Amino acid sequence: MSPLSAYLLLSSFLFAIGLAGALTRRNAILVLIGIELMLNAANLNFIAFWRFGSHTGNQVTGIIFVIFSIAVAAAEAAVGLALIIAIYRHYKSTDVEDIKTLKG
Amino acid sequence: MTLILQWLWLIPALPLIAAFLSALAPQPCRRFSATIAIGSMIGSLSLACCAFASTLKHSERLVRNFEWFRFGDQSLQLGWVLDPLTAVMLVMVCFVGLLIFIYSVGYMAHDENFTRFFCFLSLFAAAMLGVVIANSLLLLFISWELVGLASYLLIGFWYHKPSAAAAAKKAFITTRVGDLGFLLGMLWLYSQSGTLLFYNHGHGCMEADALSKMVAQTTSLGLAVSTGISLLIFCGAVGKSGQVPLHVWLPDAMEGPTPVSALIHAATMVAAGVFLVARVYPLMSAHAAGVTVSSALQVVTWTGVITALFAATIAVAQTDIKRILAYSTVSQLGFMMVGLGVGGVAVGMFHLITHAFFKALLFMGAGSVIHGCHEEQDIRRMGGLRKIMPVTFTTYAVGMLALSGFPLLFSGFWSKDEILHSAHRWHISHWPFYLMLCAAFLTAFYMTRQVFYVFFGNCRLKLGQTTSSEQRTVDHGGTVVVEHPHHELPSEPHESPAVMTLPLVVLAVFAIVLGFVGTPAWPWFQSFLEHEHLRFNGAALTEAATLKTMLISSVIALGGIALGWLLYGKRPCQRPGDIDVLERGQPEIFTLLRNKYYVDEAYEWAFVRFNAWWARTCDLLDTWVWNGLVQLCAYVFVGIAWVNKFLDENAINRGFDEGCARLTQGGGLMSRLQNGSLQGYLRVIGIALAVLALALMWGCKQ
Repeated sequence: MSPLSAYLLLSSFLFAIGLAGALTRRNAILVLIGIELMLNAANLNFIAFWRFGSHTGNQVTGIIFVIFSIAVAAAEAAVGLALIIAIYRHYKSTDVEDIKTLKG
Repeated sequence: MTLILQWLWLIPALPLIAAFLSALAPQPCRRFSATIAIGSMIGSLSLACCAFASTLKHSERLVRNFEWFRFGDQSLQLGWVLDPLTAVMLVMVCFVGLLIFIYSVGYMAHDENFTRFFCFLSLFAAAMLGVVIANSLLLLFISWELVGLASYLLIGFWYHKPSAAAAAKKAFITTRVGDLGFLLGMLWLYSQSGTLLFYNHGHGCMEADALSKMVAQTTSLGLAVSTGISLLIFCGAVGKSGQVPLHVWLPDAMEGPTPVSALIHAATMVAAGVFLVARVYPLMSAHAAGVTVSSALQVVTWTGVITALFAATIAVAQTDIKRILAYSTVSQLGFMMVGLGVGGVAVGMFHLITHAFFKALLFMGAGSVIHGCHEEQDIRRMGGLRKIMPVTFTTYAVGMLALSGFPLLFSGFWSKDEILHSAHRWHISHWPFYLMLCAAFLTAFYMTRQVFYVFFGNCRLKLGQTTSSEQRTVDHGGTVVVEHPHHELPSEPHESPAVMTLPLVVLAVFAIVLGFVGTPAWPWFQSFLEHEHLRFNGAALTEAATLKTMLISSVIALGGIALGWLLYGKRPCQRPGDIDVLERGQPEIFTLLRNKYYVDEAYEWAFVRFNAWWARTCDLLDTWVWNGLVQLCAYVFVGIAWVNKFLDENAINRGFDEGCARLTQGGGLMSRLQNGSLQGYLRVIGIALAVLALALMWGCKQ
């Protein structure tokens, strides 16, 4: 097994864990954590492809990509947490099952 | 001159405005409505006097026509005319009307519908003045019908009395029968002459061109067209002037208030018929070259003769003070018609004018008597009022002598003498002359009878018990105008207030002096109406023929009065229940006369019953045939509607409802997907991603 496949396997494993967490947990914060896990699985993919992939010279495209992604994730986490706080203030709950007003 | 012609329309317009204002005035404005009514009459009277003065100076006929509307190339013209006939009538109507208005203030003082009464009176006067000034048969007809309407309203003024309501209807319908003829005559005249204007500078229908055209043509019956038209128009006059056979409404019209009786029977409505004949006299008298008297005038004469005698005989046997006067009016109208027929416009109109004054006097005197005797109208229950009501007695006696034709002093003598004189000279037949003498004799007789019954003998008035046919609020003592459910027991018969006796005195003066404007020696009135040169001719008075008729008519009048005195004056009636002297002698004839020759009953039997039968038949047809058809249609439509409703409810509505329910259901199902659960959405995304990935992988493998 080549190192790339191992990394890809790891990252898909991580993604699956994140997806399962986002789908099953009822606490909004844990759902957010699951989403972060999936994001990080994607970041791992970027690094793995940059390290073992076929590319020329010493370009840092993959790392820059990942740094951007992490920055965006941080911002996203901040926004997400702020939303959760706002929801909590309103509903006195962070349970996603309770927040169902967005239905048709 | 032209100024008064220009403003002639104001004469009828003023009372009309007063009528409008009274109609708008609220019920308690008594003073206001009486003031404007009397004020408008004073205005009209002064204008009428101006008109009269201007015709005195220039007696030629003045007309003022204007176009009313135009249809096709024809136009309908209305207008008014100022000639001696109009001027005389205007002054008479305004003057007598004014006195009656003043009298009504006293007579109707306690009536709660005082304002309405003056509104109707003004309307009546306006309509009558419209008849007088009209220069178009159409305008005359319009005013004529307004007169009919106003008389209907006034006769039925106390409409809560069934007899008054019935009398009003009777008057309206009976005159309408005559007016049908009038209308037909008018249409025929229009089709023949193309204009309804009387005088229009040579183009009017009463002027030579049109007349000669109408005389030349004959109808299929051999009558000249002019005669046919005249007879039809005369039908209207018969209805309005109460000539036989349409006289039946006039005595019944006594149900109205007494001033109305005076207004209708003296000055206006009944005079309208005579005036109409006088107005269309050129048409009436138009005849072909070989004939001396037109057949229309012969019909007028004979109708008048029959009416005069017929009504005079009925008047002999009546006991109601107003009914006697009513039949006497019918009889005198017959005299006027005879005057028109045998002597021309001046003779008939002279009697009309003098009669207007003394008959208004008699009616108002009768009203005063009725008022003083607390609504008693039966002459058998009166008596001895000579001392209690001196003013009324004196004036009434003047009126009675004038009507009887007491020689030399009173106006009625001169005007009646004129008619008799003309009848004597009539060469068609001498019968009218003899029959008129009989009528004149009867007139003197029944008036004497009435006066002796009412004013002489002992007082037979049963106090405290009124058989009133005029049921009104009676409150003679004070000025209180409150309606008492049971009016006070009357105390004593009393003289009427000055507002009522003053017009009587004025009229009495006129009843005497008016005769002197038309004596054979100084025939001012006749020459004024006929544009002849006037000269004093004292010899005419002593001419053999004139003297002979004057003597005969004097003897007749005095004979009538003497017979009346013999039968009723010498031994006056003692108790109300006493049998009449004539009844003792000839009970059958007297009963026949008392029942007015059973004319009402005959009409009842012939026309009213037929009419009722026809109405019932129509009602049956209506109920069963026409209503059945309508009902059938209705049922068919109801059936169709029912089917429609069934289809609507069961097919269309239910289908629609079902469809809607399904749609709602579908919507519900769809909305279940949008359940708002965040993780549900995420799950779908996840599954979709997985499916996408699998599809891509499977695709790459290919």
